[in-house]
Amino acid sequence: MQIPIEYYLILSAFMFSVGIVGVLTRRNAIVVFMSVELMLNSANLTLITFSSYLGDATGQLFVFFVMAVAAAEAAVGLAIIIAIFRNKLTVNIDEINILKW
Amino acid sequence: MMLEIVLFIIFATVCVVSSVLMITRQNPVISALFLVLNFAGLAGLYLTLNAQFIAVAQVIVYAGAIMVFFLFVIMLLNPEKEKKFFKQKPKLKIFIVVIVALVLLQIVYMIFLSKPLNAINPEVAKSVDAGTVETIGREMFTKYILPFEAAGYLLLAATIGALVLAKKKFE
Repeated sequence: MQIPIEYYLILSAFMFSVGIVGVLTRRNAIVVFMSVELMLNSANLTLITFSSYLGDATGQLFVFFVMAVAAAEAAVGLAIIIAIFRNKLTVNIDEINILKW
Repeated sequence: MMLEIVLFIIFATVCVVSSVLMITRQNPVISALFLVLNFAGLAGLYLTLNAQFIAVAQVIVYAGAIMVFFLFVIMLLNPEKEKKFFKQKPKLKIFIVVIVALVLLQIVYMIFLSKPLNAINPEVAKSVDAGTVETIGREMFTKYILPFEAAGYLLLAATIGALVLAKKKFE
């Protein structure tokens, strides 16, 4: 507990911003998805930090459930990407615009 | 306790460098491998925060299961390399920089000017106790049994949904 709590929070904020840049700039749907995972993990780091500094296990339980939801989300999301690839033969999100009017 | 600070610096550097490299590489396989490195660094940070159970779960679930799944899909689809983004759309560069700077500034402002942060008195004994498998298991199967069951049903629904979505459709 020698490290100030701000260091962990700043690290988490930086990783979240990197995730935002990844989502906005990358054009490969799988890499966009991985950037979303990065943002999820930076939020997890914040939860664990507060859980540890407050001496309360609730935050760590919440992270456990976030991991379960992230696993489910990755499975369904990648299945959708596979289904799109089978129809359009691309995972470039600039070329996938069938829901755009 | 110099060791704690040295470990924090090492793991934080690994996390920062690997996350930046992950979003800048053109090849998605290399991106995925840097994300695995990032998750490993995060597991180390969880260990410095006395959260042993979550650190192990991070390595098994994220760096193990989810990233193998990602790599599997990348190898399966073999997507083409994307072009440099800013060469295609230079106008969007300013927009993205402004958005990200705003978000980062807002979070940093909240971190340094929030009063509740000063009220936290970390106690090492309580912190170590909160991260053990014993505490987490006891909380999970008493207080949080309903969310636990719901997570089980969610995973079942996700498995079925992924099968239905990725199934080859015969006409």
